[in-house]
Amino acid sequence: MKVLEVQSVSKTYSHHKALDNISLSVQEGQIFGLLGPNGAGKTSLIRIINQITMPDEGRVLFNGEPLNHNHIGQIGYLPEERGLYKKMKVGEQALYLAQLKGLSEKEAKKALHTWFERFDIIPWWDKKVEELSKGMAQKIQFITTVLHQPKLLIFDEPFSGFDPINANIIKDEILQLKENGTSIIFSTHRMESVEELCDHIALIDKSKKILDGPINEIKDKYKQQIFKVDFSSSNLGFLDSLPEHLKLVQQNAHQAEIQILNDSSATDLIRFLLDQSDIKGFEEKIPTVNEIFIRTVQGN
Amino acid sequence: MNKIILIIKREYLSRVRKKSFIVMTILGPILMAALMMTPLLMDNSDTEERSVWICDESGLFISQFEKAEDINTTFFTEPLEEVKALFNQSDAFALVHIPSSTDSTISLLENSINVFAHKPISIANRRLISRNVESVIESIKLKNEGLTRDIIEKTRADINLNTIILGESGSEKSGSTEIALGLSMAGGFLIYIFIFLYGAMVMRGVMEEKTSRIVEIIISSVKPFQLMMGKIIGVALVGFTQFALWILLTFVLSTVATTLLVNPTDINPADLANGTELILQDVDIPQNGIASILAQLQSINISFLLGMFLFYFVGGYLMYGSLFAAVGAAVDSETDSQQFMMPITIPLIFSIIALQTILENPDSSLAFWCSIIPFTSPIVMMGRLPFDPPLWEIGLSMVLLIIGFIFTSWIAGRIYRVGILMYGQKVTYKTLWKWIKQS
Repeated sequence: MKVLEVQSVSKTYSHHKALDNISLSVQEGQIFGLLGPNGAGKTSLIRIINQITMPDEGRVLFNGEPLNHNHIGQIGYLPEERGLYKKMKVGEQALYLAQLKGLSEKEAKKALHTWFERFDIIPWWDKKVEELSKGMAQKIQFITTVLHQPKLLIFDEPFSGFDPINANIIKDEILQLKENGTSIIFSTHRMESVEELCDHIALIDKSKKILDGPINEIKDKYKQQIFKVDFSSSNLGFLDSLPEHLKLVQQNAHQAEIQILNDSSATDLIRFLLDQSDIKGFEEKIPTVNEIFIRTVQGN
Repeated sequence: MNKIILIIKREYLSRVRKKSFIVMTILGPILMAALMMTPLLMDNSDTEERSVWICDESGLFISQFEKAEDINTTFFTEPLEEVKALFNQSDAFALVHIPSSTDSTISLLENSINVFAHKPISIANRRLISRNVESVIESIKLKNEGLTRDIIEKTRADINLNTIILGESGSEKSGSTEIALGLSMAGGFLIYIFIFLYGAMVMRGVMEEKTSRIVEIIISSVKPFQLMMGKIIGVALVGFTQFALWILLTFVLSTVATTLLVNPTDINPADLANGTELILQDVDIPQNGIASILAQLQSINISFLLGMFLFYFVGGYLMYGSLFAAVGAAVDSETDSQQFMMPITIPLIFSIIALQTILENPDSSLAFWCSIIPFTSPIVMMGRLPFDPPLWEIGLSMVLLIIGFIFTSWIAGRIYRVGILMYGQKVTYKTLWKWIKQS
């Protein structure tokens, strides 16, 4: 089921087009990676989904209904540029933010207690935010984002400011939320976490969507028929005179990456190589999200 | 609606609980009292008797010099040089030299009196000396014309004008200048202070939300306009609380101060009665003082004035408050806010200055326009109200203030909405205009 559907959304600010006919949809229980270089329009799109700004053209559906103010309580948003009231006490502030999302004071207190216990931070309740470290404040922000059990969560760089241990804790929480059926839009520049977490990615560049699909399909599509071969001998002179449909991409002492340029199969390549030398290992090189990102953005 | 109440509650509680609020609330009346007391105390310390020597060569003045309160006069008829030599060794304050003259040449004296002193003489003391000398010269001149001072005193008249305003329906109402003036100034000034103090508080609050970057989290839950109005109303309540506490504390403080400072044995009923009379005379109110004040107070419709005061107080604050909020949203730091503060503060300062002129002539066209235009009307119309401006003008001014409030909050809302999410941009009036136009 589609939780969120963005339909041909465009948005123009006074001097530039931030979003140009963007469409995408997020399924229930999916982690959706929203990628793109700086200034591509990701934040503009996220703000439209959060009803902070309105699209000039197109529309956004939430659970099949046009987005409206009743949906605010079902969306949780952790912005990239985020902060808290410095002079306010942690507990009070979390209660306030939860109530703004529509929870009653009682519900909010109960939920907060559970989360504070889970993160083992109950002693922070009466501290002022200015006494917390950046990582600690980020944890509070994470809690206030997910506290009201939204159906859709939007995380913009959720791991920034966390040490690796805490980043792992947050990552596990995100996966847990997904297990419970929450849909998550995940925007980041850390491609390794996209690789780990996302089911589906969309790439926005220069206000246009240039890539959209399940991460496996995209990777398949971006495979370049490059194979990594480990040889048992270091006598690899034959690699210098490969037939025309094969291209040597890279070569080490015992290893080579070979690309097939026509539609001959991997089996043909193995047959050819076995005639020349012994093979210890053979695998297809799957492009990383990082490579796909760089290739598509540079090619655009 | 529920959310805006949450916002108001937070804005209010987070400020009222601050240490700085509590300190200012307690210190405010003390500081005010200190400010008012210091000049009085300093003045007191200056009242020791000064001895002034007068070298009156012709001896004409000695009999007629009035005894002034703080001055101890000693007369000499010896030649100036001798007196001067003595004066140099004494610690007397000043030596006034009046050259010898006769009744007929008395006019020549007016430009030939010198004062010698060890230190520069204050204007007040100069005036005291010259007034004394003048009055003696006047008396002598009167005598030359065959008159005495008594006759002059007898012929002097002192009238009190009782203004009676004729209503259209033939009703009569005695005018109320002195009391009205006081009420006007106080009302206008209170509104002025309130807008400035708490408008700036709104601005700082918006800036705090912007720089701490919490604003994006909040406006994903509430509309920016709700956040802005919630803040403005919350701060207004803080202001009301602080004003109420100030009034209460001042009352308590002054009660405590009078009981502590004034020794009860010093007071006897006769003194008290005299005291009231004295005070009344001081403020220049006609002999039949209290009755007149009461009559004047009755002629002013207090509940009407109070209601109007509340209207202009709240209306003016709301109108300016949203502009202050817009400035806070547009800039990244307090230093950047200066250029946008100008157009807000100028009408405010203008209205308080214009008020003084307007009070002298409450029916001038300056008064009319200033009490109609919403940017100046809260202060100026408040000042004019005790002078019974035509009802249609009051009505027009109120309607325009409401329209003005809707207009400024609309403009401010548009600037606020965009500005609050803009960081690190050089904001000019042109950018503000773009934001307003942006849908």
